Amino acid sequence: MADPIAALRGVTVDLVGRAPLGPIDLNVAQGEILALVGASGAGKSTTLRLLAGLQTPSAGDVIRALGVGRTGFVFQSPTLMPWAEAVTNVALPLELAGMARSQARERAALALSAVGLGDRPDARPSQLSGGMAMRAALARALVTAPDLLLLDEPFAALDSVTRRRLIEDLHALWATAQPRPAMVFVTHDVEEAVYLAQRVVVLAAATGRPVADLATPGPLPRPARWRAEPAYRQTVEAIADALEAAMRPEAAP
Amino acid sequence: MRRLTELAPPIGLAVLLLAGWEAACRLLDLPVYFLPPPSAVAVALVEAGPRLAASALVTFGMAVQALVLAGLVGGGLALAVSLHPAAERAVRPLAVALQVTPVVAVAPLVLIWAGLDHADRAVVALAAVVAFFPLFSGILTGLKSADPDLERLFDLYGATPLQRLWRLRLPSALPFALEGLRVAAGLAVIGAVVAEFVSGSGATQGLAWRLLEAGNRLRTAEMLGGVLCLTLLGLVLNAVVGVIGRFLLRR
Repeated sequence: MADPIAALRGVTVDLVGRAPLGPIDLNVAQGEILALVGASGAGKSTTLRLLAGLQTPSAGDVIRALGVGRTGFVFQSPTLMPWAEAVTNVALPLELAGMARSQARERAALALSAVGLGDRPDARPSQLSGGMAMRAALARALVTAPDLLLLDEPFAALDSVTRRRLIEDLHALWATAQPRPAMVFVTHDVEEAVYLAQRVVVLAAATGRPVADLATPGPLPRPARWRAEPAYRQTVEAIADALEAAMRPEAAP
Repeated sequence: MRRLTELAPPIGLAVLLLAGWEAACRLLDLPVYFLPPPSAVAVALVEAGPRLAASALVTFGMAVQALVLAGLVGGGLALAVSLHPAAERAVRPLAVALQVTPVVAVAPLVLIWAGLDHADRAVVALAAVVAFFPLFSGILTGLKSADPDLERLFDLYGATPLQRLWRLRLPSALPFALEGLRVAAGLAVIGAVVAEFVSGSGATQGLAWRLLEAGNRLRTAEMLGGVLCLTLLGLVLNAVVGVIGRFLLRR
């Protein structure tokens, strides 16, 4: 396997009022799609922040073969600046990197088109639906053509139809990007994880340690009606079992 | 049509109260220096109109100066303090102490320091002291109110402190600053009036001085007219702040 684009090596994180997380070992390979599943409080968001370099570990090493601005991040909510139009929001990462305003806005308009919002560049976040706002957030994360894209339960608040459409679009964007970015997608939805990712890592409930690491079958992007395939159902069952096993310590009195 | 049904109850009540007042004055035959009827107040308002208007302008001017002063000092201090938690811990108790100290008690001191020839400066300074806290507190809260995930995004892209301030924290602070300004506007008028009462020398010819003067001559109707002017002044200032806010917050 090629060198990882980001990795955690024996990372622990001390937390206030509860047992520390870790030690966590995790590799993210270049261009792969990885899903992290785990119960609430399993440290999924913390793992993502560690990979982003936004949080310093209490012990262990965070390896990031990435320059400043080469990481994209999509949060649970769209997290757009409410006072700025969509195109200004999407242009933000480029402008922070020092790109001239007009050029940044041109690139931002292209990124908005790529996520299907090409006709709404001047919309304020309050004028966008939940799905459209999330598309704008995705465009903002992709506008720098990042090598690593981190997504923290981005579609959890959306209805199932919008959600499926966004996953298809995410696959299409990933497949057409040159080079393909590595993606780490946090979710608590096993079916979503299996459909979206090439590899699913299950995190233990209390410590956040990876306790299962399963490859998903089949090609990406997914062919039509792939959710009806037995191989898909079996993988979902296997990961659901692993997740249940990972949650068992928490169930003890 | 709907506006009419909405406006009818408050106007109706006001008319009813005024009519009751007028009737009570006439029926009980109250002396006019004790409680003049609304009609007498209206006459006094017309007679003393030019004087009251000129004085209202003076008070308005001093309140606006105080607001600008308090905004500059409060905003600047909030900005400096927002840079470090220790700075906020250091400054907050002082700001709260300034807020809870009655302005009437400090007024004589400030009058001495400003010099008796410059009572207007003392009035502006005292009104600014009263208006300072809501502006400082509002702007400071606003600067710290930015979405933590947006703060993380600025970390992720290596934003400079200036970029963070300009692109994230100041826009986040704006609604809080405007709310602080709205509260401060009302307080500035109160502070100006109180300070002028204490100075009490006629060195400043604001509305408070008109009230004192009319009171000394037992012109009760003119006093009530002055109070009405102060209410109107507060409402006008409030409306001006509201218009500024709506203009800045067109989202």
